[in-house]
Amino acid sequence: MTVDKAKIARQFIQTIPHSKALGMEITALGDGMAEISMPYDERFIGDPKTGVIHGGAVSALMDTCGGAAVMSHPDAPAGTATIDLRIDYMRAATPGQAITARAEVYHITRSVAFVRATACDDDTDRPVATATGAFTVEGR
Amino acid sequence: MARKTPEPVQVVKQRRDAALNALVGGVPYITFMGISFDRRGDELTGVLSFEDKLIGNPMLPAIHGGVTAAFLEVTAMISLSWAYIWEDFESGALDVEALAAGNLPRLPKTIDFTVDYLRSGLPRDAYARATITRAGRRYASVQAEAWQDNRDRPFAQATAHFLMPRPDPSGD
Repeated sequence: MTVDKAKIARQFIQTIPHSKALGMEITALGDGMAEISMPYDERFIGDPKTGVIHGGAVSALMDTCGGAAVMSHPDAPAGTATIDLRIDYMRAATPGQAITARAEVYHITRSVAFVRATACDDDTDRPVATATGAFTVEGR
Repeated sequence: MARKTPEPVQVVKQRRDAALNALVGGVPYITFMGISFDRRGDELTGVLSFEDKLIGNPMLPAIHGGVTAAFLEVTAMISLSWAYIWEDFESGALDVEALAAGNLPRLPKTIDFTVDYLRSGLPRDAYARATITRAGRRYASVQAEAWQDNRDRPFAQATAHFLMPRPDPSGD
């Protein structure tokens, strides 16, 4: 992946209003792999009794991260859209900790990119959630 | 609580709306997303009020796929919870005033969630309804569908499995 492509992908992702609203930050990006972190925020709480972040915010993180991985792939010339996304919630994220998702394109065709992603909090040995998705490959 | 004559309409509406407000208003993320619920009897329709912060592709522009997923998940979870507590607050077993005071029932936990994106979400309000296809004691399966202009042209659909809260007399 050229430096320019990484830069363009990074810039595009940073202009996504919803990702900004959730405070997402790209921590690594390139060659069909993306790592994005989302801070803990009381506004994203899904279970008021425990303070655990809502699954929906984790979905948004997984979707953004999957899309970013596709956009950073050398064989994906332009944008992408999610075709489907499945998320398995393994455990509740620990309140107070950021959630970091890592997505990789494990196969890409002319029209579809297949993505796997894992989300962790500080305890990186026990994922909070995993996801698999199919994304469109656009612009060629 | 013997009811020989039907309750006055205001009493029924007040109780149901209070229960729904307590359920929905207790979750900060639902407020953050700008999701509300429209109630007709026991039927709920999720309403996602469009805001710029929900955009995922500023070039089109289109609603973020994560927003669509979250909207469907919230609608599925609230609809399931609502169905789960309906009998209890209708019969009086669940005190609506206690609910409103923040003594909320435990919410179902999402086990897995699959969303299909059928067309791009336009920058305008969206609506969603959920159908509980199986409501067991421990597990539930729920389907949800979201649309914008035309009810018959959904822009996303989802299937979700939930782990039901365990009834615990200790109040856990």
